[in-house]
Amino acid sequence: MTVPAASHRHLTTRIWRSLRRNPSLFFMPALLAASLAITVAIHPQFSDFDLQSLAMGALPLAFAAAAQTVVVIAGGIDLSIGSVMAVANVLAASTMEKASFGQSLLLAVAVLMAGMAIGALNGLIVVLSRIPDVVATLTSGFIWGGIALVILEKPGGGAPQEFLNLGTGTLFTPWLPNALVLLVAAVGAIWIPLRRSKLGLQLYAVGSDRIAAFRSGVNIDRTRFAAYVFSGLFSAVGGLGLTMTTGIGAPLAGVYYTLSGLGAVVVGGISLAGGRGGMLGPVMAAFVLTLIPTDLIFLNIDPNFGQVIQGTLIVVIVMIGGFVDKERSRK
Amino acid sequence: MSEATLLLEACDVAKRFDSVVALKAASLRVRPGEVHGLMGANGAGKSTLVKIITGVFPADGGQIAVKGVVRSFRSPAEARRAGIVSVYQDPALVPDLTIAQNMRLAGASVDAVRKWLAKLGGVRVDFNLSVRDLPDPTLRLIDLARALSWEPAVLLLDEITASLPADLSEQIYTMVKHWREKGNAVIFISHRMAEVSALCDRATVLRDGVTAGVIERAHGSEERILALMLGDETARAVASATSTGAPHQKSGDAQAALEVRGLRCGPLVNDVSFKLYPGEVLGVAALEGQGQEELFDCIAGGRRFDGGAILAHGKELRLRHPADAIAAGIVLVPANRLLALLQQRPISENIALPTFGGIRNWGPIRIHAERRRVESAIGRLQIDTRAGSELRRLSGGNQQKVVIARWLASGFDTLLCFDPTRGIDIGTKRQVYALVREIAAEGSAVLLFTSELPEIALACHRAIVLFGGRVVAEMPVSEADEATLLRSAHGLAPLAQTSS
Amino acid sequence: MTEQGKTVFSRAVAAVTGGGLVSLLRTRTIVVLVLLLLALVAGIELARPGTVNALWASNMMLFAAPLGIVAAGQTLVMLTGGIDLSVANVATASAYLMATHSGLGVAPAILYGLGVGFVVGLINGIGVALLRVQPLVMTLGTGLMTEGILVVYSQKKMADAPRVPQFIEDLGAGKSLGGIPNDLIVWVPVAIILIFVLRRTGYGRLLYAIGDNSNACRLAGIRVWRILLLNYVTCGLLAAAAGLIIVGGTNSAELRLAEVYLLPSVAAVIIGGTSIFGGRGGYSGTIIGALILTVLNSILTLLDVPESVRQILYGTIILLLAAAYTRLTD
Repeated sequence: MTVPAASHRHLTTRIWRSLRRNPSLFFMPALLAASLAITVAIHPQFSDFDLQSLAMGALPLAFAAAAQTVVVIAGGIDLSIGSVMAVANVLAASTMEKASFGQSLLLAVAVLMAGMAIGALNGLIVVLSRIPDVVATLTSGFIWGGIALVILEKPGGGAPQEFLNLGTGTLFTPWLPNALVLLVAAVGAIWIPLRRSKLGLQLYAVGSDRIAAFRSGVNIDRTRFAAYVFSGLFSAVGGLGLTMTTGIGAPLAGVYYTLSGLGAVVVGGISLAGGRGGMLGPVMAAFVLTLIPTDLIFLNIDPNFGQVIQGTLIVVIVMIGGFVDKERSRK
Repeated sequence: MSEATLLLEACDVAKRFDSVVALKAASLRVRPGEVHGLMGANGAGKSTLVKIITGVFPADGGQIAVKGVVRSFRSPAEARRAGIVSVYQDPALVPDLTIAQNMRLAGASVDAVRKWLAKLGGVRVDFNLSVRDLPDPTLRLIDLARALSWEPAVLLLDEITASLPADLSEQIYTMVKHWREKGNAVIFISHRMAEVSALCDRATVLRDGVTAGVIERAHGSEERILALMLGDETARAVASATSTGAPHQKSGDAQAALEVRGLRCGPLVNDVSFKLYPGEVLGVAALEGQGQEELFDCIAGGRRFDGGAILAHGKELRLRHPADAIAAGIVLVPANRLLALLQQRPISENIALPTFGGIRNWGPIRIHAERRRVESAIGRLQIDTRAGSELRRLSGGNQQKVVIARWLASGFDTLLCFDPTRGIDIGTKRQVYALVREIAAEGSAVLLFTSELPEIALACHRAIVLFGGRVVAEMPVSEADEATLLRSAHGLAPLAQTSS
Repeated sequence: MTEQGKTVFSRAVAAVTGGGLVSLLRTRTIVVLVLLLLALVAGIELARPGTVNALWASNMMLFAAPLGIVAAGQTLVMLTGGIDLSVANVATASAYLMATHSGLGVAPAILYGLGVGFVVGLINGIGVALLRVQPLVMTLGTGLMTEGILVVYSQKKMADAPRVPQFIEDLGAGKSLGGIPNDLIVWVPVAIILIFVLRRTGYGRLLYAIGDNSNACRLAGIRVWRILLLNYVTCGLLAAAAGLIIVGGTNSAELRLAEVYLLPSVAAVIIGGTSIFGGRGGYSGTIIGALILTVLNSILTLLDVPESVRQILYGTIILLLAAAYTRLTD
């Protein structure tokens, strides 16, 4: 039985209540707004082209964060996301190189299925072997990375221009990059129905309290398995995004995305304990993290500092979060 | 009565976990229209049998039959579809979801649950509230209402009245009887003998993994249940040992081992003051949520308090960590032994844990001294170590003894016991209380909180009553009968004193 | 056959067949691990007769030592229920910092290297022990940070080109006394000290206790943060020491030097019997785990397959080992 639609008054009370319970909910939009403001302040000539570059840069990271979010909400973790992205990336780039636009779309669907299949394998490994998911996905990621190397030994391949245009350029208005449209559309199309469905509820339940979920009749193994399938799906989308924004396939591209995707999830306010959170925070965090090297370029500072700052940002934010939690529990 | 009319029949059910045999040959026969008690000491196999019946895991041997049809459930959902629903002490509600979402998750009709909630006397609840925002008694009523909304033929209630306020317990008793009138059955599990003998038509008693017997309701059934649970000789021994109350008088020592002055902590502890003398057991009686848990946590150094003072032997203490309290000789045995024990480690490591408190103890261990201390503590408490040396192999009662053994081995002045016998079988309970009196007799001071008021008289020399975060009454044990304590615990003034 | 003979025989059979083996695994994991190692070695000898000799064994020890040292720190951390994802970056950074300061002399250069381990370990410890951040996230962040700082540092420090001192090279690649690898000078004492600490000291006891139930430790009067802080610092120092040995073996300080050590360090600990949730395990298992992984790696090298296939096989075998271990000891 669905919860009846909220009236206007209900909505504001719900927002107020969630703000009181979760002040960090509004931290992320504020941080993003601040980062954008800083960027524009540094670089007043911030053009629609710059926005495009930003969206393209953040696209793969946002998908990596989305993939991780699904698994974390269900109480797990997936350290193979980057490798799955790499497999999707090289699979697309090697098969689409000489394809027509129509064929590339079909191939894209095949890549998505492959991503889900890998996610399913991950899920089977985690659920059946009972190896803790940290170890299981760390190891499986190693295997998928090897597979990416088998498919494409060195960076190469390509895709038809129309396919690349799906993620680059601006189809609608100059200030609305395709990458942003793609991101919102893909995440929305997958996540919104999932969240409203019973499976979505089961994901949250398993992450929140496994025993209560079990007693409420939830099949724990099947739910965790599903979480990994969705992670594989999002990772595959991310891999396709990489293909679109870079134009080639790179077997080693993934390593960075696993860890920074997790970083975006944490910065985005999702509790690693599971059971709570949504997509908005991590996706926004992906943009914030991508803005860092962007700002550095505008400031004429070596963009390699970018990784330092990203790592430091993650460390500082989790340390502050830990400190705040500690003070709160002291009372 | 023919077999086919039994709602539920478990025959010779067996279950083992690795090398530990949890059930050897347990049987249970539940008729329609009865309230059937399931009794047994901790470790007798009750919870294992319950889990098999409700589909948490399958049995290794024997069979379960529902209305004459042999079934083997692979999940609670399957058991529920066959008409068997269980309700536990912890509500099966997911904390981060709303009530409505929880109902949808479990496949329960919100309207039906609301109807049953009203019948249980529950106040109107906004189902869009998150589980975390609702108080525990409300959640437990919702859990029960949900179970009833599935109209189960067999309703299994596992210790659900534990730490529940008396008026809610009454609602539940009424509902249980109502459910029975409709021709269904209720399997009722509780450690409270009074409840069981008042409510149940029959009771099955488990001991050591087998069914020791089935008792019909009659006079003296309580003693017979006890005898079956303990085995005859032990029952007699235990009965004679505890037939009198606490006779020992405190020594004439003037200075208090522990003094609490005007303690304030959060909304629940408002102004608590009392003194505890060496050689005595001071009982604390209180209803749910009157600040007793916070009080104990503060004295044990686990929680910061806002005002007032805590003194040990006249010296004010600065408590910022349990280590500070322990240094002052104050140690805590918490209610939830899971909080205090290391499940995967051997018993000896559990007992020796406090030894390593300071940095200078990080060095090489003096094995022989440790072994001597550990063994003497195990011996004194008669901890049953047969089930292997890993702590989790022990029964609940023995695990609780390990917590006490830890402090005996490392030494203390003042022992704080917070509901030490919650969920423990009767035999071990009596042992714990005897031990507590012994400890006091040796010169230590004991502060004892128990949620079961009759037990205050069993173990204590004096009693104080907490209500609304204050000490509202104080009396010697001779006046501390259940009725008097209950009055004060509700905040009522004591009845006019007759000359005593 | 006599009656006595029959009993001995049936007992031997029981010990070898399934049931006996399973309970053997549960109680004496290390025996089974050693058997597995010997089986792998026997496999190599059968596949390529003549491979297994003193030189080969000595090389195995040489390569296993740095992994064993990184895995030592990882063991300490995983016993408390944590994990350290920064060890590879610390090892690389330590090697690099030592190499760029080698002009100051061997001892100061080594101190610089170990200093990296100390600092990163300290930050990890402050985050996990004092601020209660999850170890996975904390060490992930510090790992990223360290890697980034190293990249920037390597670009700025063009003046002082990294150079591996002779001492380090001898330590990491050399052998003495007819074939005993020099890096055992570091590994063997580390192993002995670690095993002693874990079995016979209060500190070791507390590691297990904290891993099992840190709240219970607090209630028993243990100040948990002290131990955790020291633990992460130790792990950082061990990773840094391993980095110095690794660079001695390769003789060139690169930015991806120790990247390949992260997964094996975790795998060696898991295969060796320590639970990732903490409270159970020890270092002796990790040692055999490190040896097994090193031998496995050499088998894969002998197979002469491309890097990609090697990666797939390595990962798959680790998965199978970890799965078998988890299933059997559950």
